Amino acid sequence: MKYNFTSGAELLEKCNEFNMSMHEICLEREAELSGLSKEEVREKMRVSLNIMKAATEKAVEEDIKSMGGLIGGEAKKLTKYRGLSRSVCGELMNKAMVAAMGTMEVNASMGLIVAAPTAGSCGILPGAVVTIGKEYGFNDEEMIDALFAASAIGVIITRNATVSGAEGGCQAETGAAAAMASAGVVEMMGGSVEQAIHAASHCLQNVMGLVCDPIAGLVEAPCQGRNAIGVANALISAELCLAGILNIIPFDETVAAMYKVGKSLPMELRETALGGIASTCTGCSLTTKIFG
Amino acid sequence: MAKDYSVFDIVGPNMIGPSSSHTAGAARLGKTASKIAGKPVKEVKFLLHGSFAETYKGHGTDKAIVGGILGFQPDDARIKNSFQLAEEAGVKFEFIKTDLGDSVHPNTVKIEMVLEDGSKSTIMGASIGGGNIKLTEMDGLALDFNGSRSAVVLEIKDIPGAVSFVTGLLAHNNKDIAMMSTNKPARSEYTFVTIETTDKLEADLIDQLRKFEVIAKIIVLDKF
Repeated sequence: MKYNFTSGAELLEKCNEFNMSMHEICLEREAELSGLSKEEVREKMRVSLNIMKAATEKAVEEDIKSMGGLIGGEAKKLTKYRGLSRSVCGELMNKAMVAAMGTMEVNASMGLIVAAPTAGSCGILPGAVVTIGKEYGFNDEEMIDALFAASAIGVIITRNATVSGAEGGCQAETGAAAAMASAGVVEMMGGSVEQAIHAASHCLQNVMGLVCDPIAGLVEAPCQGRNAIGVANALISAELCLAGILNIIPFDETVAAMYKVGKSLPMELRETALGGIASTCTGCSLTTKIFG
Repeated sequence: MAKDYSVFDIVGPNMIGPSSSHTAGAARLGKTASKIAGKPVKEVKFLLHGSFAETYKGHGTDKAIVGGILGFQPDDARIKNSFQLAEEAGVKFEFIKTDLGDSVHPNTVKIEMVLEDGSKSTIMGASIGGGNIKLTEMDGLALDFNGSRSAVVLEIKDIPGAVSFVTGLLAHNNKDIAMMSTNKPARSEYTFVTIETTDKLEADLIDQLRKFEVIAKIIVLDKF
């Protein structure tokens, strides 16, 4: 395939060769891979964007209770706090946290979401792209571009490592989601391909080693909180790169290190609910309460 | 070999939460089973194994798989109310925790269906991650079908030349066979042949196969 890329280095090389941005080359690649026209591929991504947008707002507008009952109402509380008090994180970060945590509430209550790259990390990409998009007045086409840029990073991580918590821990799931979101935000804000790839490196390194330990095995807690830290990770890393603070270790080496760390995590810390927060006294008694 | 993923494998699937394996995959298993059964389902038992058996309630696996039986896609908002909708449609359902053995995937379900005309159909499958599924058994026959291509499963009377007739007909119609396997259960007079094709077989080609007397049964499996 003319536009295919299998690593960060190759992605940068192809972008330079064809004089394209990351989202342009990712769109060309997808058209080539699927046999669909570029317009058809964009339309599919538009459906995804619309689902993401709706999910970021739903938990602020409605009362939501999760299946397991461990989460619900967090997006509303954060929004209320933003209106009443001086925000510690600032308005923009608060909004991104609302979008990410709210999307996780929608997911946990059997609502419609886009797994990006997984359901357990579904708040991070919309939390970053939709929030920054709205804040700075980017239109849907520009947000769709950001989702394609994010996908380019996701394609590489999925190919060369993993995005599954069961395989690589939370660092793989929410780490990859943040890496994707960060690259999307950098491109949307006018950064270069190189800056976007470096932002993805920052994200993976910032949470390297993070374990996957869902209480009762449910996609609720501590998953929701890790989506909030994930969106913060994405925005912080984007800010660093846009300011010219690049990463010391190349993206591809970072991905390989993340995979190696993931594989060396014991089984208890990879989505089995046998370790970490899941195996605390309270975690275990919650499990008994939910499943009887 | 490392796969070239589509962007929609990464940003996607679009799905009703909370879990791609336990919810989206379960919906796909239900939908695929009812589609293969071919007639409306009146009664269904879900034999849940492994992680499916342990955590199905908290993940909405039960609602998703009933929704699938009713024909809902993994992104259909009606999944949340599928129990009520099944009741209204007169579809009885039951969940049974079971142990299907050590050799099956942890997220496996055996779906036993009684159809509108009283006939029965049983499908076993697994949710293998990211909303992807595979079918492992159909009416007692072992399968390994992941839906990446269209396929037909043929129950063919065991006489010389029967299989070559089928492949000859496909060749004559310019159909590319991507994968083919045959399986003859002990003491059976029939051989089961699974043929995966690059392009979907048209209805008239399936009809031509049906006219061939030595073929007792044809099941068409669409790509999913």
